[in-house]
Amino acid sequence: MPDPKVMVITGTRKGIGRYLCEYYLQRDWAVVGCSREESDLQHERYLHYCVDVADEMGVKKMLVDVAAKLGGVEVLVNNAGIASMNHILLTPVSTVRKILDTNFIGTFLFCRETAKLMSRRQYGRIVNFATVAAPLKLEGEAIYAASKAAVVSLTQVMARELAESNITVNAVGPTPVKTDLIRSVPQEKMRALLARQANQRYGEMRDISNVIDFFIKPESDFVTGQVIYLGGV
Amino acid sequence: MGSTTTTKQRVVGLIYEAIDSINDTLPDQRQLDKAEATVLFGSGTTLDSLGLVNLLVSFEQQIIDDVGVPITLADERAMSQRSSPFRTVDTLADYAMQLIQESADA
Repeated sequence: MPDPKVMVITGTRKGIGRYLCEYYLQRDWAVVGCSREESDLQHERYLHYCVDVADEMGVKKMLVDVAAKLGGVEVLVNNAGIASMNHILLTPVSTVRKILDTNFIGTFLFCRETAKLMSRRQYGRIVNFATVAAPLKLEGEAIYAASKAAVVSLTQVMARELAESNITVNAVGPTPVKTDLIRSVPQEKMRALLARQANQRYGEMRDISNVIDFFIKPESDFVTGQVIYLGGV
Repeated sequence: MGSTTTTKQRVVGLIYEAIDSINDTLPDQRQLDKAEATVLFGSGTTLDSLGLVNLLVSFEQQIIDDVGVPITLADERAMSQRSSPFRTVDTLADYAMQLIQESADA
């Protein structure tokens, strides 16, 4: 049997990241996950690293180890992300740095180090996470939206820089999904947000994996630098 | 492993291996010589900017594979130096040795 293809997913301890791990393990991928803390996910094709996605040397060491153990990486899904709702006038700079570190620096570092491995094989698929909070310009989410807008720019420029190596770089922009990320957002706020979508329901995990499936299939080699927002935003 | 015993000759050898892989992608008239004086960056080089990127990535990987030490060549120090450490094979080897040593000491 050929070796399974390797997918790296960040932020896999819970929520969407955990779902994506289980989803792609069921589809015969070898999945490499990471989070700051240990994961209780046990599977013969799952490898977990405890790493802060914004720690340059930690990320580098992780991917060197992945390359040594598994030979390379076909797909990277930059799922790790944090949010913090607050009015801009009451937002501490420490919160801004924390959000930028995880959402933008973390995405950048994993893209850079994984693309180095992918370019050796002249093949790769990178999927980043955007958010509808940016195009909807949601009040209270200025820093979160800005960090994800930066991810969109990164995605679009990287798509051009890495095209020569046959690496595609795209992003999925989820609507709210019922996870810890939105647990503290008031119901009324959520209803108002959903009302601005063309299709006014909460997103499901499968909506996200459906878009990722499209981006990573071999036939999608001509699809790069794109952002697909869910819910008709 | 054994980064503390890494000699300059060994590091230059790794750069030559990276040059071999880059030369595979370059036309005859732009082939890089495997010599310490070969210019990699700035006036007098046959490499374009993307060629230099590919050379540095390939060299970083050679260091990981051979020395077992992950380093980042394009760090802030490298970018801010008046005289680029990427200028020639010789200066690149010196800079890489410095980073390998720092990584081993960390």
